[in-house]
Amino acid sequence: MDKGMKILIVDDFSTMRRIIKNLLRDLGFNNTAEADDGSTALPMLKGGGFDFLITDWNMPNMEGIALLKAVRADPMLKSLPVLMVTAEAKRDQIVEAAQAGVNGYIVKPFTAETLKEKIDKIFERIEAQG
Amino acid sequence: MDTDEERLNLHLDLARQLVECLEKGQRSEADDIIRQLRLPYERELFEELGKLTRELHEALKSFRGDARLIELSRDEIPDAKERLNYVVSMTEQATHRTLNALDESMPIAESLHGRSGVLREQWNRFRHRELSVDEFRELARELDDFLIQTGQETERLKSLMSEILMAQDYQDLTGQIIRRVIRLVQEVEENLVGLIRLSSARMDLPRVDKAVVAEGGDSMDSRGHGPIVPNTQDMVADVVSSQDDVDALLSSLGF
Repeated sequence: MDKGMKILIVDDFSTMRRIIKNLLRDLGFNNTAEADDGSTALPMLKGGGFDFLITDWNMPNMEGIALLKAVRADPMLKSLPVLMVTAEAKRDQIVEAAQAGVNGYIVKPFTAETLKEKIDKIFERIEAQG
Repeated sequence: MDTDEERLNLHLDLARQLVECLEKGQRSEADDIIRQLRLPYERELFEELGKLTRELHEALKSFRGDARLIELSRDEIPDAKERLNYVVSMTEQATHRTLNALDESMPIAESLHGRSGVLREQWNRFRHRELSVDEFRELARELDDFLIQTGQETERLKSLMSEILMAQDYQDLTGQIIRRVIRLVQEVEENLVGLIRLSSARMDLPRVDKAVVAEGGDSMDSRGHGPIVPNTQDMVADVVSSQDDVDALLSSLGF
């Protein structure tokens, strides 16, 4: 896994974006950018250069699930790894995210260890396939 | 015009007959004429009464038919209270978590600060060749000790700072819950305005946009709901209770 990869953090709460950014920095990932909902994130992603997307679900305008679906529908972005970090805890929603092609799903509140574990798992899998 | 005139003539005729009957003392004929005179006014009254009854009936029917209003008062208002209580306890917990970490950090920082001050003094004496061999040996031992302590204690400080960092997640979680309650309050307000409009339809109040009133319900399951709050309708839904549950569900889906 390349520690220099560019990561987009999408959450409508700036506090949560800071927390995730801090945790990523502790894990050695310093190349991050932020967006406050799907509708601002999508143009950034389409602009190119991102290697990993971490997104919340419950956001104004464009929610995380819609962002995930839009990413999977875009030929340029369809294989971008996506980790969902959200308070949404309904089984139906987790299944929906899985069917939409999410790579990992973390329920809030979460720990630094969980974040590390899920990121490791996502990239181990991608490297194994690659 | 013609009919008005006819009616006037008819009334005049009846009135003359009435006076005649009364003068002749014909009571029952007089009563008959009075009834004939009253008839058109009664019809108007009944029509008006009928209209009022119909309106009242319609109002009651649409009121009863508004299931959303019932849902609001039965489930969502009590739930909103629970949600806000949950926010209070979450913020309380987060503050304690932060303060506990600070309580533990402060003495560590103070001890490192104090010990480094003492060592610095000894080190200065050493540099000015003021230490005896025994004193130097003591200093070397203390320095060694201090370096080990610093390594351990700064590690501990780092983990306490992560603890403080993670405690701040309450702002996102409670923020989502509060926003949900704000949406509910808005919906209740719009429903109340609708109710007032309904009960005083004849007063020609400004109309409320029904589409706005309907919004806010969680009918679409794809929509985000925010965190699950204990003791509310949230618990009725099929929800996971931990990251382990999520992992188990995903692995059952082949993840």
